Amino acid sequence: MKERSVDKATLQMLEKAKCDNVCTAFERSDMQDPRCGFGELGVCCQQCYMGPCRVDPFGKGAQYGACGISVDGIVARNIARACAVGASAHSDHGRDIAHNLYMTALGKTQGYSIVDERKLFVIAEEFGIDTSSGDTKKLAAEVAHKCLEQFGQQEGEVLTTQRAPEKQKERWRKLKVMPRGIDREIVEMLHMVHVGMDADYKNTLLHAIKAAVGDGWGGSMIATDLTDIQFGSPNPVRSKANLGVLGENTVNIVVHGHEPTLSEMIVKVARSPEMKALAKQKGAEDVTVAGICCTANEILMRQGAPLAGNYLQQELAIVTGAVEAMIVDVQCIMPGLNQVAPCYHTKLITTSKKVRIPGAIHYQFEEERAVDIAKKIVTEAIENYPKRDRKRVQIPAESSELVAGFTTENVFYHLGGKFRPSYKPLNEGIIQGRLRGVVGVVGCNNTKTVHDYNHLTFTKELLKHDVLIVTTGCSAGCLCKHGLLDSEDALQYCGYGLREICEAVGIPPVLHVGSCVDNSRILTACIEMVKEGGIGTDISQLPVAGSAPEAMSHKATSIGLYVVASGITTHFNPPFQVHGSKKVLDYLSNEMEKDFGANFIFEGDPKKAAQKIIAHLDKKREALKLKPMMYPPLNGETEKAAAKKQAAAVAGN
Amino acid sequence: MSKIVASAAIRGAHSWVEEAEAALKQTIEEKSESQKLEFPETAFFLPMAYALLGMEVKDLGGAKKAMARARELLPPVPSENVWLPYLGPTLDAGISTLLATEMITALRYLRGELPAAGDQGFISDTILRSLGIQLVDGRMPGFAAILGSAPTNEIAVKVVRELQQRNILIFLCDHNNGTTMRQQLEQEKVELGWDTYIVPLGPDLASGIYALNWAMRGALTFGGHKRGEFVKCLEYQRDRVFAFGLVFGEVTDRRYAVGAGAINMGFCVIADTNIPEIRPSGVTLFEALVRERDYEKIVPTCIQTRGVKVKIEKVPIPVSYAAAFEGERVRKEQLAVEFGGKGSLACELLKMKPLSEVEDGKITVIGPDLDTVPDGKSLPLAIMVEVAGRKMQTDFEPILERQIHHLINGAMGVMHVGQRDIVWIRVSKDAKAKGFRMRHFGDILHAKLLQNFPAIADKVQVTIYTKKEDAERILAEARKSYAERDARVAGMTDESVDTFYSCTLCQSFAPTHVCIISPERLGLCGAYNWLDGKAAFEINPTGPNQPVEKGETIDTVKGQWENVNKFVYAKSGKKVERFNAYSMMEDPMTSCGCFECIVAIVPEANGIMIVNREYPGMTPSGMPFSTLASTTGGGLQTPGFLGVGKLYITSKKFISADGGLARIVWMPKQLKETIRERLETRAKELGLDDFYNKIADETVCDNAADLLPFLEKVGHPALTMPPMF
Repeated sequence: MKERSVDKATLQMLEKAKCDNVCTAFERSDMQDPRCGFGELGVCCQQCYMGPCRVDPFGKGAQYGACGISVDGIVARNIARACAVGASAHSDHGRDIAHNLYMTALGKTQGYSIVDERKLFVIAEEFGIDTSSGDTKKLAAEVAHKCLEQFGQQEGEVLTTQRAPEKQKERWRKLKVMPRGIDREIVEMLHMVHVGMDADYKNTLLHAIKAAVGDGWGGSMIATDLTDIQFGSPNPVRSKANLGVLGENTVNIVVHGHEPTLSEMIVKVARSPEMKALAKQKGAEDVTVAGICCTANEILMRQGAPLAGNYLQQELAIVTGAVEAMIVDVQCIMPGLNQVAPCYHTKLITTSKKVRIPGAIHYQFEEERAVDIAKKIVTEAIENYPKRDRKRVQIPAESSELVAGFTTENVFYHLGGKFRPSYKPLNEGIIQGRLRGVVGVVGCNNTKTVHDYNHLTFTKELLKHDVLIVTTGCSAGCLCKHGLLDSEDALQYCGYGLREICEAVGIPPVLHVGSCVDNSRILTACIEMVKEGGIGTDISQLPVAGSAPEAMSHKATSIGLYVVASGITTHFNPPFQVHGSKKVLDYLSNEMEKDFGANFIFEGDPKKAAQKIIAHLDKKREALKLKPMMYPPLNGETEKAAAKKQAAAVAGN
Repeated sequence: MSKIVASAAIRGAHSWVEEAEAALKQTIEEKSESQKLEFPETAFFLPMAYALLGMEVKDLGGAKKAMARARELLPPVPSENVWLPYLGPTLDAGISTLLATEMITALRYLRGELPAAGDQGFISDTILRSLGIQLVDGRMPGFAAILGSAPTNEIAVKVVRELQQRNILIFLCDHNNGTTMRQQLEQEKVELGWDTYIVPLGPDLASGIYALNWAMRGALTFGGHKRGEFVKCLEYQRDRVFAFGLVFGEVTDRRYAVGAGAINMGFCVIADTNIPEIRPSGVTLFEALVRERDYEKIVPTCIQTRGVKVKIEKVPIPVSYAAAFEGERVRKEQLAVEFGGKGSLACELLKMKPLSEVEDGKITVIGPDLDTVPDGKSLPLAIMVEVAGRKMQTDFEPILERQIHHLINGAMGVMHVGQRDIVWIRVSKDAKAKGFRMRHFGDILHAKLLQNFPAIADKVQVTIYTKKEDAERILAEARKSYAERDARVAGMTDESVDTFYSCTLCQSFAPTHVCIISPERLGLCGAYNWLDGKAAFEINPTGPNQPVEKGETIDTVKGQWENVNKFVYAKSGKKVERFNAYSMMEDPMTSCGCFECIVAIVPEANGIMIVNREYPGMTPSGMPFSTLASTTGGGLQTPGFLGVGKLYITSKKFISADGGLARIVWMPKQLKETIRERLETRAKELGLDDFYNKIADETVCDNAADLLPFLEKVGHPALTMPPMF
């Protein structure tokens, strides 16, 4: 068997799946090999029924599609369409959150409240809404409504894009990529990739960027802010991660997907005395609600709920034989779940009209009856507990301690207390050369890479070089599982400068900032770094970078594009399927730098990728004339030798 | 491991708050909630509560509310492992401690437990006004709060003496095993009190709050911050009050808690025991918590860690020192000794060194002193200045080095001419008679560099060589440095940088004037080039020299950039909309009045003339310098007239949009001579033959009528160039 994962729990479950004769994504993916070479290069066009057309990458056969589209046009349109799909997924998530807040404000939902009133007031004031009434519900309705308007807005600029530093905005306006409305740009993008439309690859790519900016600085940002308002802004919280969090003697409910509206309610209901009593009655000690994918991140940061695993572990959670129900909402839900669930007693429950899976039990989620529905679902799970076949249960021992729940806002407190809230210690750390920079490691899992290997290798390499990491999504899931979010254990991986900062603040070197829509937090944190000063007047000058080392979804395409368009150079792997067009590849990996101050780095080897990112950070540091790094990187030195070196370093030098 | 520190400080804060609560509870039981509570002679109630919480605590009822806040702020002690972030909570615990210790001491006053004779106790507003102002305006470099007693009386004396020498105010509090530093100093007959800058506050740790709530009132009194503006009040402390804590002996939980309070105020803490350090900066200016176990180094470590700038009021030399002596010459008949010139080799070099390699104030003279040679004789000389500073950069070396000229000139009876390896220094017989010796060159440079460049120079040491072989060795090293620097500056073009520097120094008399200094166009006063602008910005980030990012280029030839336009527009009070760096005919740079030279169009000759400030006569424009100056200056854009620095004349960008150097038809002879070498080089680059001699001067004519025939005779290139307008 080829190497599947660096995660022991995953390997153990794959072994069990084999014994149980269960087929998972890993095998299904193998069966797809060899992948279509045309598809991999992005040179296959299916935009109309004259097609599919494909261009011969060796220059011998056809060089144009039937309509005459060039390879550059084909490749750009494919990426643009992927971006539109990704942007619409994130943004629709944002819309659902806004809708839920709106309905809650109108008193039309069941069991929801408005938790973070302080943030509500801050956002309301930012939006120019009169807060003098102090009426929370009225304000929430106005804020939610204003956000909903951003989706359908036809003219002007999306409200939340105004947060970007001036230079960024000027650049966007000049390149005409400042989004007018979130949906509008996505629809226009889809129009542009229709047959007989845009054939100018650069024009196509720029519009894809426009739609992506509407996602990152619009839909996703709205999703983050309104989720904080409705469910509370996260604060650092302790929890555990990996399949070992499933209880031997508890009812195990796994929630999987993205939107917190359902999962928050499931957690709330599952923790109620009523449900606990029912569980006891059924012979279980308690109810465990654990998350998979971004739902895991949402309930982890706000409720401290354990994280069962990341994207490629969704089927493996069921393979433990110990999951009573897997409840899913939207995005990254493998239809294959319903090939795995029937092999065990697990009930697969879908809840969104946007995601129905043949054979699954469907409970349509409605915010007006949220509590009732959640109760039904949890009850169904608990009642399933007696059906668990103990002989087929095998829960891996792996589970790591972690601290999660950092946000752009709470970093102020953690760096300066209530009386001197500030980003200064972070910027100072960078200026003085303790920190080389900050890198966001984000994104999915992909069967094309060894599960978790890239995330882990890339991150560890950066930690050695004094790079502070922020993480979201399934990358966060990976780093949680491997102890990099343990404020004590993770210090062993850090360079000395990074270690000093972590020890001074009491943080792990990898900061969990949320789910994939919460990449918007990385953008807003960059704004605060610019505001604090000393490390650039624009995001593109900051010594920061991004990486999606195991990217899989089209949301990642959109994220990649808006992050780079925001001035953050980003490593992306497996690469965009653009290698069939030199021009498109060149635009993304070189030319974008001139337009946006950042570009993509496509590199398969995570160690090399880390070196490229380090070189990039060093280049930024040099341009800012920052001090040289205070300590040499941690390169397998013995603790003792390193300690000596540290002791020899003179104050301030 | 600052978790140890965080845990200790939080535990300490709990203990302080409990003590304060208990004391308060007991006092309320004995008296009542309406019982008045106050410190003597202050209008700020309980100053910490007033500044940080915005509370006017006047009675025990108010005290209860303040303590409720202190309690609320108390975080739990961090867990053994997988801890949550503790810096924020620890800083909060520090605030609790400040409030609690203030309460404890205030209650003592209420109960009549007044400080013992000789202990200061609470510091009144009167003392705040008289001494505090010195603290925040920089006359007093800072204060030290010493906790506990030194291991020996000798060390106690040594430490306070070292601090006294630097004019640093010293507060004493707390004790170690019953011994206070006050006792130690008294045993050693050290005079204590405000006059000697050594003030015992009280024998216990809580008395330390008197120093802190004294400093805090500075933010309210001198900083103009309002009560409850806690961020501003605390940052004022960090930025303006250069205080630090020096802890002798074991750092207990309660001491850590007080330390957390001090660190919140930006005051660093230095301890003589083996404590875990907190080195990252941000909350404090530099390191927050540092150990220094070597008593020889403990005071310098304190000063370096807090970034205290010790000012030297008077240059310690036996002759008078003032700017007034700068222009003074030492004539041959007065000459005691000279260096450089025709008699010997002399050079000066200033280099940046790491902080650890420079011993501040160390002056070394290697070779014979100036009183060992007969009057009128020469000695070789190499002055080597080594500067260390946290913000020092190699780019600043030439800027500081160039200061040597006027710094040394300030000494009465000492003349300094030239720079680098063409230095010529003379010392007069009078100066020698008054006791001026070689080391005093070092004393001057040490004192003045620290004084004039506090932001970049933290430590200065000077070595003076007067032996030929040493001087030669240094000269070789110096020449290497000069070459490197020249390459750095000469290699710079306007295109090679994306940022220029502004100068609005003269807006006090020319309110709409904005100088834009680029690598190829120095300020019109001739005193500031691009690197100076950069250095000046580093030295004073809010000063008149600001970085101006060029932004998009609007016109490459004329030198017009989008952001430069925006900047000039904003800073000229919206008077100047556009600005061309390389043209004098279209949207030229404004002039203040300090220009070294004026460039003026001579329409008849299709060229320009340049007149320098020193030239008193008539010019072909029909006006002398003084009349031209009134047309050119005052911050107006006057096409055809331009104020410039001499160096700019030979720059590649000299009115390059209008035809450049070849346009020059007239200059006073003296100016021509001054810039001859560079002028000829530049003319050669441009392929202009014998150009130097084609430029007329006052020996040819001083009017336009006589100018033209001369130009025709010599075949001046301007005559055949395109029309200027």
